[in-house]
Amino acid sequence: MKYLDEYRNPTLAKAILAEIHASVTRPWVLMEICGGQTHSLMRYGIDELLPPQIELVHGPGCPVCVTPLEMVDKAIQIAARPDVIFLTYGDMMRVPGSEGDLLQAKAAGGDVRFVYSPMQALEVARQHPDKQVVFFAVGFETTAPANAQAVWQAAREGLGNYSALVSHVLVPPALTVLLSAPENRVQGLIAPGHVCSVAGCADYASLAARFQIPIVVGGFEPLDLLQSILMLVQQLESGQTRLENQYSRVVSAAGNPAARRMVEEVYEVCDRRWRGIGELPLSGLRLRRKYAGFDAEVVFGLEAPGVEEDSECISAQVLMGQKKPTDCPAFGIRCSPERPLGAPMVSSEGACSAYYQYKLVAP
Amino acid sequence: MNWACPLPLRHYPHIVMGHGGGGRLSADLVEHLILPAFGGQSAGALGDSTVVPPIAGRLAISTDSYVVRPLFFPGGSIGELAVNGTINDLAMSGARPLYLTAGFILEEGFPLATLAEVARRMGEAARQAGVRIVAGDTKVVGKGQADGLFINTAGIGELRPGVDIGPCQARPGDVVLVSGTMGDHGMAILCAREDLEFDGQLESDCAALHELTEVMLDAGTIHVLRDPTRGGLAASLNEIARSSQVGIVLDEARVPIGEKVQSACELLGLDPLHVANEGKLVAVLAAESADAVLAAMRRHPLGRHAARIGSVTGQHPGVLAAKTSIGGTRVIPMPLGEQLPRIC
Repeated sequence: MKYLDEYRNPTLAKAILAEIHASVTRPWVLMEICGGQTHSLMRYGIDELLPPQIELVHGPGCPVCVTPLEMVDKAIQIAARPDVIFLTYGDMMRVPGSEGDLLQAKAAGGDVRFVYSPMQALEVARQHPDKQVVFFAVGFETTAPANAQAVWQAAREGLGNYSALVSHVLVPPALTVLLSAPENRVQGLIAPGHVCSVAGCADYASLAARFQIPIVVGGFEPLDLLQSILMLVQQLESGQTRLENQYSRVVSAAGNPAARRMVEEVYEVCDRRWRGIGELPLSGLRLRRKYAGFDAEVVFGLEAPGVEEDSECISAQVLMGQKKPTDCPAFGIRCSPERPLGAPMVSSEGACSAYYQYKLVAP
Repeated sequence: MNWACPLPLRHYPHIVMGHGGGGRLSADLVEHLILPAFGGQSAGALGDSTVVPPIAGRLAISTDSYVVRPLFFPGGSIGELAVNGTINDLAMSGARPLYLTAGFILEEGFPLATLAEVARRMGEAARQAGVRIVAGDTKVVGKGQADGLFINTAGIGELRPGVDIGPCQARPGDVVLVSGTMGDHGMAILCAREDLEFDGQLESDCAALHELTEVMLDAGTIHVLRDPTRGGLAASLNEIARSSQVGIVLDEARVPIGEKVQSACELLGLDPLHVANEGKLVAVLAAESADAVLAAMRRHPLGRHAARIGSVTGQHPGVLAAKTSIGGTRVIPMPLGEQLPRIC
């Protein structure tokens, strides 16, 4: 497959691995931030091919996982209404709220459908003027522009029956909390390539300078990840703490200005609760007041009930790279993708779920 | 659709409740639509059951229900699926399929012309496979109580003497073969259902596999045969590993996957190993038979892209592992339920 096979080439992978083995002299703890990167590392068994001195811990970058419990509850509440068509990205369907998930809401009679893009959701709203069409707008900086554009477009067309249940999260505020924590062990970061393709690299350069930590903007294919790890090891071994861009075929320093303008037009920064972590200041996006008519929370007048998360779950430490999924006593026993206790087990890109899928030997 | 509505059905372009009422409307439907399509008996010969001549060997019996949406898709329809799917279930125990039955559950308002086309395709698929549809049933449910058309087929096949194939028969040292590319059917259905367009159309691999299994059985001793339908290759191999209490190691780079399927899966965040097939099989057999059986498969049109994809080990019983394309290892889990496209 063109443009992908090149980045999965076994000969090149072996060459980079050899270079990593040759470069490393001391133990280092590295974190990949994005769930897509975690998934790739596990899917290709990359962690096992690395020298024993390199420990990979997994970051908070699975948007499905960190969508707050109360937002999932709100989604289920809205989806159950007979006047609503509820649309979502596929992998939000199985994310458990306090009681049940969207698949169960669908089974109970709710009109819940998955779409590949918010533009499809707009089309559904045009086709069903008699229904309230609600799109579950989740994700990091990556999905924010398209979700914002759908609201902007709905406003332009006067589509009064379209609204978005918005629960966007931003990566840099979470990293600030992670790197400021006294328990932090992470010494090098692989930054999320697709987030940077929209948001640009400036925030990550600031983080590298402020926390004196090397950061490499990385891609998602095996060679991308191996090269990112090599670049981090080379910086660490030579005492550097710069931002580097491994994923330059996709990411430019400025990101995508048109996409950022659209986000700026429609959304504003707000405090946001992260499932498994808690409330992080200025870590989310919500609709601006002038788009309140397209805000499902306003349209349906939903209160935010405080919901307790499971106390046995150590997801906060897992998402912050302080513990591994397998350090959790509930892992694989009381917590599995079928019955997740916490955020990193709920989506296939969560760290616990990736360990469960690719590492659990002998059930 | 080239079906010309015969006289007694002309007043009813759509299924009405009376078509399932057991009266004249039901009889007209069977006599003028179903039977001509299946190419069989006159209505006068229809009893409550069909009597067939004695069968010498052991029998294999299977049943399956078909609820696919859309009803027609590139590479097939619910009609071909209903015939080939049950034939394949019989073939996977090493049986030669002989007879099928067909039950239709129809939603009030379903177009008769569509039913006729489905029935025609069923008849054609059965004829091609050399199998007779010998009994059937139609029921009608009210509007909104079913999704257009559901079909159940059951089948009977005769086992070859000496054949002993089953999911518990895999042994350490055995090798794993597949008959061709993985994931074609599931991705064709998904793209047709969701109106997704890719460069060039994805086509279902829907086909009857009993002739392929015949040539395989002629070429060597087979321990396990499965058609990796729902849950794909990952589900079938996990089931074999658990039933036989052996480990299976898949060489991921050797699993044949069509380029279009691979691209569509990449885009949607799906794993082709978890996607359904309807015209492929996976075989587990002793290493000494592998070359002969693989060669025989490749000579058959449905096995042209057959490949050796893995081996059976005494280690990690019950677990399917993969050697990844870059030389790492991972576990391939039993799929949880339906695969859902990822957010990013």
